[in-house]
Amino acid sequence: MFPIVYQRQLSDSVFEMGVQAPAIARKAKAGQFLMLRVDEHGERIPLTFSDWSAEEGWIRFIFMRVGKTTHQLSHLVAGDSLADVVGPLGVPTHVEGVGRVAIVGGGVGAAVAYPVARAMAEAGNEVTVILGARNKELLILEDEFRALPLKQLIVMTDDGSAGEKGLVTAPLKSLCEAGALDHSMAIGPAIMMKFCAATTKEFGVPITVSLNPIMVDGTGMCGACRVSVDGHTKFGCVDGPDFDGHAVDFEELMSRQRVYSDLEREADADFSRECSCHR
Amino acid sequence: MPPLDETPAQKPRHKPSRAPRTAMPERDALERARDFDEVSLGYSEEQALAEANRCIQCKNPTCIEGCPVNIDIKSFIARIIDGDYAGGVSVLKERNALPAVCGRVCPQEEQCEASCVLARKGEPIAIGRLERWLGDFDLACDLEHRCAPEVGEPTGKRVAVVGSGPAGLACAGELRRFGHAVTIFESLHAPGGVLTYGIPEFRLPKAIVQAEIEMLGVMGAELVTDIVVGATHTLDELLAEEGFDAVFVGSGAGLPLFLGIPGENLNGVYSANEFLTRVNLMKAYEFPSYDTPVWRGRKVAVVGGGNVAMDAARTAKRLGAEEVFLVYRRSEEEMPARREEVHHARQEGIEFKMLCSPQEIVGHDGWVTGMVATRMELGEPDASGRRAPVCVMDSDFVIDCDTVIVALGTRSNPLISQTTPDLEVTSRGYIATDENGATNKPGVFAGGDIVTGSATVILAMGAGKKAARAIDSWLGGAARG
Repeated sequence: MFPIVYQRQLSDSVFEMGVQAPAIARKAKAGQFLMLRVDEHGERIPLTFSDWSAEEGWIRFIFMRVGKTTHQLSHLVAGDSLADVVGPLGVPTHVEGVGRVAIVGGGVGAAVAYPVARAMAEAGNEVTVILGARNKELLILEDEFRALPLKQLIVMTDDGSAGEKGLVTAPLKSLCEAGALDHSMAIGPAIMMKFCAATTKEFGVPITVSLNPIMVDGTGMCGACRVSVDGHTKFGCVDGPDFDGHAVDFEELMSRQRVYSDLEREADADFSRECSCHR
Repeated sequence: MPPLDETPAQKPRHKPSRAPRTAMPERDALERARDFDEVSLGYSEEQALAEANRCIQCKNPTCIEGCPVNIDIKSFIARIIDGDYAGGVSVLKERNALPAVCGRVCPQEEQCEASCVLARKGEPIAIGRLERWLGDFDLACDLEHRCAPEVGEPTGKRVAVVGSGPAGLACAGELRRFGHAVTIFESLHAPGGVLTYGIPEFRLPKAIVQAEIEMLGVMGAELVTDIVVGATHTLDELLAEEGFDAVFVGSGAGLPLFLGIPGENLNGVYSANEFLTRVNLMKAYEFPSYDTPVWRGRKVAVVGGGNVAMDAARTAKRLGAEEVFLVYRRSEEEMPARREEVHHARQEGIEFKMLCSPQEIVGHDGWVTGMVATRMELGEPDASGRRAPVCVMDSDFVIDCDTVIVALGTRSNPLISQTTPDLEVTSRGYIATDENGATNKPGVFAGGDIVTGSATVILAMGAGKKAARAIDSWLGGAARG
């Protein structure tokens, strides 16, 4: 069992959780992920690290309440525990010698962008972060990003309730146009990563995307997470989760992410009925 | 184990019966194809005795040679004949820590039973069924009354076993007998490897797997789940920081192979590994009581001809598929699956489409709607000795299906080799070892599918045991057993 040592709600549907897992905390690197299972009947889901402390032995991750598992997770607090936490998995994000880089974090993707931006800055790169959210309420980790040695932090919301009004691709495009980037990175919903890739492609700026396909074991055994990159099938768990954004087939990724959506809705509806009568 | 020839002289001489081979009681095909309960029911005591009594107790038994772990088959059958069932279990456990598992899943017809003298007349002793019966006899006892192999005097040495599948379990059991402390690291949340995630409940109940593994705990082996060696710990960390004197790598099968044809990433296309893992390990057949979903296809095409293909096809049927096709590019004769599995699959209504080679998976709106296949015919024998399939010109046709399950085997898993740069691997990424399982890296041994590629449970167990002996020598123990 893995004890939960920290929990906070970041917005109506977004939560941050910290778990005591010293062996994992000692090895975690930016861009890597963990697999977790809430209880004996639970499914295994991948979540990317948002933070960790090797010294104190904890890891943190941020999740949005979208289905039964994340719904269950959102009810757990410090003192509860998770049945299983496994990791760190996946290839760490490449941070050495990247140069002038823009990192786009959209929605909960900001959680993953945070350790990546930190590692990129620590490695001596010139880092600009573009945070995007639908509105102010859904914007997360702004203060944490402000505390990093960034060149610039740009905040974008769809409705203009925080930062500039507009999409993350607008400032990304300006940076590309200004010739201010050697590299870029996008972490967030597949549709956002797709448009970031299209934006940078025009200017020949390379882009790394951190993909979040469905997984079962997370160690290469099942192939649920396969993605098409440059026409070749790759496994998100062992070949990724980072890939060349200009080579990823995003349509396929989005279609594969929806494969169980009907069943997931059914499971969450059942859970919600149960939990409203018990709580 | 002393040969039976040393049995006291006053005992009446065994007169073998001439009865035909005792059939295995099985559940009705139509009934069983609707649930996940076990297909083969196992012998009764009467049936086990009847079958044991067919054994002629050869002076120079050939069956033992046919067993990859050289179980003293003659002796365990003699114990059954004598009514000394616990003694029979002890004989089995001398060589095999998992008799209730192997009695169910070993390809006996190619191993011990093929070497049985009676096989020449077409009716070998049902060695596997007797092994299962003894294994089940043992599991039916309370834990303290079960046969626990003796463990050796503590040697003060610690060995890490990576993977709790057949290779790792066999290695761990053997190391405990030598007196070495053992910690088994499992990457998933439940132990057993392929016995747990791969082989379906209806062929190998998970309660049996867990009970056999429990015995290793009684023998003092420690099991730690949720540790991915190659990620959570590297091999070097196990040796240098975690205080292990040696490591055995039995991490098993790797990444599933796909066909490499268009349409393979459509929704509704599974690797057999994923499909079976969802159903067996994650219990998706009990969704939504268990949270892991699985797509229940109405018309399912399974590609491949091995045991895994049979397991996937029969599982799809149990999930409610109206039609399940087994698509194989050679003919039934060349199929690597066990005859028994093929027979059971046919009984349950799996439709065999032999000499068909998939060309493309077609879909609509992201989902599978069919598979284009070409008819094949058999040509000259290829490198494997089997007749090679050759395309028949202009013979493409469409198999109407909403699910495709690809069961073509696996390639190597890169997690350990990527994080252990000085570990020698073959050109295909499998760990290179000598005949005893030693790698080029001092103190590191390996066996099972991570060395040989996809093979059988018993071959992996044999490799695990052999490596345990090599580890014992490496640690300075006398060569025992």
